[in-house]
Amino acid sequence: MALQEKYKELIDAATAASVSDLNVREQDGVLYIDGATNGTVKQQLWDTYERLDPNYASGDLVMNISSVAGVPEGAKLKVTTNSSNLNIRKGPSTNDDIVGKAARHEIVTLVGKENDQWWMIKTDAGEQGYSFTQYLTPVG
Amino acid sequence: MPDQWNWVSNNSLNKTNLKMKKLMSKMMALVMVTAFMVATLAGCKSTPKDADLQTAVETAIKSSPNLSASGVTVDKGVVTITGQVTDEASKDALGKAAAAVPGVKSVVNNLTVEVAKVEVSADTPLALAVKDATKDFPTVAATVNDGVVTLKGELNKADLQKLMMAVNALKPKKVDNQLVIK
Repeated sequence: MALQEKYKELIDAATAASVSDLNVREQDGVLYIDGATNGTVKQQLWDTYERLDPNYASGDLVMNISSVAGVPEGAKLKVTTNSSNLNIRKGPSTNDDIVGKAARHEIVTLVGKENDQWWMIKTDAGEQGYSFTQYLTPVG
Repeated sequence: MPDQWNWVSNNSLNKTNLKMKKLMSKMMALVMVTAFMVATLAGCKSTPKDADLQTAVETAIKSSPNLSASGVTVDKGVVTITGQVTDEASKDALGKAAAAVPGVKSVVNNLTVEVAKVEVSADTPLALAVKDATKDFPTVAATVNDGVVTLKGELNKADLQKLMMAVNALKPKKVDNQLVIK
């Protein structure tokens, strides 16, 4: 229960923001917070986490708040890599061959979701394949 | 009772008495019927059928997302609830919700608390996913051991949150952040 006290502000904020499927539990000295919400709330929750545990140094919380659960097929996505191009692969893993690339800040279209990490996308140039969702941000 | 009225010899009075007797009979009947109905209705209110109580209690508790495999039985107003809940607070809340249903005499709370194990990724897919997630941060070296992701190396503070978001989404058991933040 001590961790739920430490992160009380975070749990309260997630509850107040009506995060869906919110699940909070503690196991073996780690607090787990799962749920789904929009990008804005996710950002606020992560800022709160960072404030309560500067530099995320304690290793006592795993927070998995998805902001991509509600993104529909056909949605436009912006490539938000740090600097490099985004690889488009034949299958949903980095073991699969690269079949194309999307430039940084290019807008692509969501074709389908394999899982939370890998989505099938299509570029305006017609290249289609799997990319890592971490580098894709829904537009608008 | 008719003898009481016969002392009056006057015909008209006798007729009146007869009318009154009929009226009295009707009134008595009405009173008895009313009394019966009140008794029956009152009886319904204080002791609802067990089957109705079961339905009402089921409705009261089944909306809880933390309840599974639930069952409700009622015996003479005594409600027994069974099933699995995810925490102690839900067990108490559902017991109170059942007790609050009108007509419930008492509640036997047989709910069991089953804390679901946290789902942790197996090391092989986790290591692969961590490799994908850290690819954009070449100064970070990540290792995976028994579900624990250890991050070493150095990173700009501006990139830290993005990296942590990505790694936290991979269902690790724990994220051991040993990064030197620049």
